[in-house]
Amino acid sequence: MKSNLYLLFFALLFIALHSCDDKTYSQGERLYLAHCGNCHMEDGKGLAKLIPPLAGSDYLKLNPDKIPCILRHGQKGEIVVNGVQYNQIMPGEQYTEIQINNMINYINTAWGNDYPVTTITATKKRLELCNQ
Amino acid sequence: MKYINTFVFLSLLLLICSCGQKQTESLPILGKKKIVEGIEVDHQIPDWTFLNQDSLPVTNKDLADVVYVSDFFFRSCPTICPKTMREMKRVYTEFKDNPQVKLVSFTIDPKRDTPSKLKQYASNLQVNVNKWWFLQGDKEETYDLALDYFNTAYEDEDVPGGFNHSGKLILTDKNGHIRSFSEGTDPEETPKLINDIKTLLKEYNTNEK
Repeated sequence: MKSNLYLLFFALLFIALHSCDDKTYSQGERLYLAHCGNCHMEDGKGLAKLIPPLAGSDYLKLNPDKIPCILRHGQKGEIVVNGVQYNQIMPGEQYTEIQINNMINYINTAWGNDYPVTTITATKKRLELCNQ
Repeated sequence: MKYINTFVFLSLLLLICSCGQKQTESLPILGKKKIVEGIEVDHQIPDWTFLNQDSLPVTNKDLADVVYVSDFFFRSCPTICPKTMREMKRVYTEFKDNPQVKLVSFTIDPKRDTPSKLKQYASNLQVNVNKWWFLQGDKEETYDLALDYFNTAYEDEDVPGGFNHSGKLILTDKNGHIRSFSEGTDPEETPKLINDIKTLLKEYNTNEK
């Protein structure tokens, strides 16, 4: 009887671990699809010279400090991504620090992106420094 | 057992027959019919005049020799427009070298989307404005026309961007009849629309022979 319970426990643990493994940043992905995907697209490719790509974006890689601020406060004016100039207004939104952190970790690792993931502490600090 | 064989045979026959019919398929005329002086008439796009991206007036009559796909959008739209425009561009790319097909996008934010801004938008979308028109006109007239093109558009402070609207891509024939449409937000519907454009063109090309 006892060994059966053990077996069940390990089976459940196995399943639980696996389901976590599947999607590392599932909240980030959900938020991305709901708030960002309409413009940056599900595949992160953006649209022509209107909406910059996030997939393979040098801007994401080079400006980790700016990304949390852009998500919260939006982006206005010219911006150069992968050598192409864009000038489209992006609205910001009152996301929580955790949501912003999860979204960044999703876009930094999705579509073959291999950019460093961040922590909530780091995101919090970056948000405090916005507009400075 | 015998019955099953007969059933299979009959269904196969039915299938073959329905396939045969498909080859001579023509697209239906969509929309609500109207009764005018006792005669039933099909839904037809009313006459319109808008400014194009070069500030020149164009009308629906300028589209009488082509079939065209249209949508309603605005430049600063943070919701469905980029997706809808991506699907419009798929259609554009598919028929890039076919002069019988044009694309027409109406702005629902004429105050901010002036012709010069629309020209810039087209250039950023990397499309040729001779093939894909970006039109600006009276706001109320645009909202009324949107309904004729099976779309809704109205100002709404409560939605992101300030305008509430739908993102259908509408296929109109040379007589101003709507023959097919797709949801611009669903990329899986675009191939069917492209196919319907080809069917419609075939209709014209066989009639002209």
